[in-house]
Amino acid sequence: MDFLNAIIVLFNFTVIPALAYGSQLALGAIFVTLIYAVLRFANFATGDMMSFGTMFAVILTYYFQSLGFGLGVLPTALLTIPFAILMMILYMLIIDKFVFSYYRIKKSPPVQFAMVSVGVMFVTQALIRIIIGPSDRRFLDGEKFIIKATEFKEMTGLAEGITLKSTQAITIVVTLIVVSIMFWFLNRTKTGTSMRAYSDNEDLALLSGIDPKRVVLITWVIAGILATIGGVLYGLDKSYRPFVYFNNMLPIFAAAIVGGIGNPFGAFLGGYVIAFAEIFVTYAYKRFISYLLPEHLEPDSLLQLLSTDYKFAVSFSILVIVLLIRPSGIFKGKVI
Amino acid sequence: MRNYKNVIAAYSIMIFLIILVGIFQSWSIALTILNYCLISAVMTIGANIQWGYAGLINFGIMGYTALGGLAVVLVSVEPVKKAWQVGGLNILACIWIIVAIIFVVKFILNRFDKSKLRNYSIASVILGGIILLRVTAAPGIEAIESVDPARTGFLGGMGLPVLFSWIVGALLAGSLAFIIGKIALGLRADYLAIATLLIAEIIVSIIKHEEWLARGVKNVIGLKRPAPYEINLQTSEWFIDLVAKFNSSKLNLINSISDKQEALNQMVIDASSVYVKLCFTGLFLTVVIILLIVTQKALYSPWGRKMRAIRDNEEAASAMGKNIVKEHLLIFILGSAIVGLAGAMMVTNDGLFTPGSYRPMRYTFVIWVMVIVGGTGNNFGAILGGFVVWFLWVEAAPIALFLINLFTSHLPETNAVRVHLIESAPYFRFLVIGIGLLLIMRYRPQGIIPEKIIKQ
Repeated sequence: MDFLNAIIVLFNFTVIPALAYGSQLALGAIFVTLIYAVLRFANFATGDMMSFGTMFAVILTYYFQSLGFGLGVLPTALLTIPFAILMMILYMLIIDKFVFSYYRIKKSPPVQFAMVSVGVMFVTQALIRIIIGPSDRRFLDGEKFIIKATEFKEMTGLAEGITLKSTQAITIVVTLIVVSIMFWFLNRTKTGTSMRAYSDNEDLALLSGIDPKRVVLITWVIAGILATIGGVLYGLDKSYRPFVYFNNMLPIFAAAIVGGIGNPFGAFLGGYVIAFAEIFVTYAYKRFISYLLPEHLEPDSLLQLLSTDYKFAVSFSILVIVLLIRPSGIFKGKVI
Repeated sequence: MRNYKNVIAAYSIMIFLIILVGIFQSWSIALTILNYCLISAVMTIGANIQWGYAGLINFGIMGYTALGGLAVVLVSVEPVKKAWQVGGLNILACIWIIVAIIFVVKFILNRFDKSKLRNYSIASVILGGIILLRVTAAPGIEAIESVDPARTGFLGGMGLPVLFSWIVGALLAGSLAFIIGKIALGLRADYLAIATLLIAEIIVSIIKHEEWLARGVKNVIGLKRPAPYEINLQTSEWFIDLVAKFNSSKLNLINSISDKQEALNQMVIDASSVYVKLCFTGLFLTVVIILLIVTQKALYSPWGRKMRAIRDNEEAASAMGKNIVKEHLLIFILGSAIVGLAGAMMVTNDGLFTPGSYRPMRYTFVIWVMVIVGGTGNNFGAILGGFVVWFLWVEAAPIALFLINLFTSHLPETNAVRVHLIESAPYFRFLVIGIGLLLIMRYRPQGIIPEKIIKQ
């Protein structure tokens, strides 16, 4: 029985949160990797673009709530995602037309692209703050929990419970659906293949009649979908604060590079690698161990490798180690 | 000569703008802006050495700035004797453990060939070392943090003069850059940017959360100053006489003696803050001028030519027998050291150390915008960039507020759009900086004052 309790403690406090957080990171990391693979630059506006899409979802959620629309037990935000995606794609295409396309035609070095994306980051951040303001917003409605700890305890008769928030379940399910559709698209359809061809070798792709404008357009469309969904899921799970999204960009970068930049599947797994590492290293194992050991051996300290303050630092250290040992990432992306 | 005309014109416009602020807002604000412009200029000189001379993209400026600030605390604050007594031994032991770990890892690296076993043994040494560190440090840290936690709760510094800390800040940042350079300089440009940004985040989070070191997010206030304090000035005879002399024409207009005394008191209070800021301006200006002379000399020396050759064509320079790895490392250290110096200057100017305020937006990206806008590869340009962008960063909000009021003056006071816009006036600074950067990148990618190539 104690063994079961120990497993449940671990599951409740590490595995479930890590899966949800990892899914959010994975969506962002695929976004970074796609832009890197097709448009060939590190997009420093990633976090703020995700925030921008989420902002529309938040505003529309409030609007729908005032109209009385809703999905019952599910959050209204899910209903607003398609509209938010449309707005996001529109914004990205405008930015691409007025900013990025000029440098793409000139074939500027990636550093210049990176600096330009810093400019886009500033502008996006300003727009978000001017439109919605910097304050903290919760836009989750509907049922909050799928399983509550007390219910779980009653059901199983165990001392420890499992809490499954609906946002966590939604995050994991939606991510799996979106990512599988995306991989199907990239690997099985003609357009997806042409995108991968363009990413592998631009000149050869142009020779075989692939229209670069179309490839870029489709890339931004997919990027818009990923950014908005990733952002909304994070916002539902935690809360919507523009500033936090900028900070999330850093673990997202870490996930993309750890997974091998330019490799979408690597980025997907990289998100989970980063999330699990962050949570496993900073989790206090005292309760877990105390179930496994006999009473007189019970540990005094928290048995925590690093305090939770260093959550981000863990993922960045992983990135540094990966860059040192295997710069192309765990799952072999483009060689740096 | 024509080239210099541009420089002089650009700088005169900048000085004129700051004087305008002095006239319309107040001289104290103008001097605050000027001081920060000078600090930003030092930072941009550092970033420009890395980016303009050598083409190294370093997004870790925030980390070096924070380290420079930490140096001020470690050098100038009086040591907390009691904290040293209760926990000093543990901390010293930890330093020895870290040194031991480094030596063991080095030993393994040198002694054995590359193999899985070697990797695992290094990993286990580091992991074991970390666990040992935590076990050793935990009681010491707890004891140190419980020594009068409201005021101290940290080890304190060395109690040395604060100006000394500027040098220490540069040294600390330089040695950190040595480590980071060893790790990350082999990476391609945009990876280097990401890696340095993330390493800087790690450094800031260590400074933020290790409270025994510099109180972390609890901040250190009341740091020493290289300039006199306002309170002392206000009571000293010579200063009051000086103020009276300066404003004698104004004071003579006032008839009654009590009114005169009151006016004089107010003037002394205003003047003391201006005086202190002027002292800082003098110090900072000295630093900027010295740095400018040195970097200018370096840029046009054989060494500077070598750096530009490496920047423009690595392969060719390498074929000519230049050691690219070594030169990159050197320039990375030099630039970071200057940024560390700027960080120390900034904390000295503020008189407080607030680790929570180090954010990549303000300390990395804005500095980069300064370098790009001013002119990469040109020291005069970089300094001007520091001035222009900092000025915009501070003054964008008041200007935006003025424009909003102007354009919405036909709307009623309670109009929702108007109220919302006025509330969000501070955020227009991001918009101004972002659009400015995009426009410069597009239409004048070499910056306001472009790099000057002297044919020899």
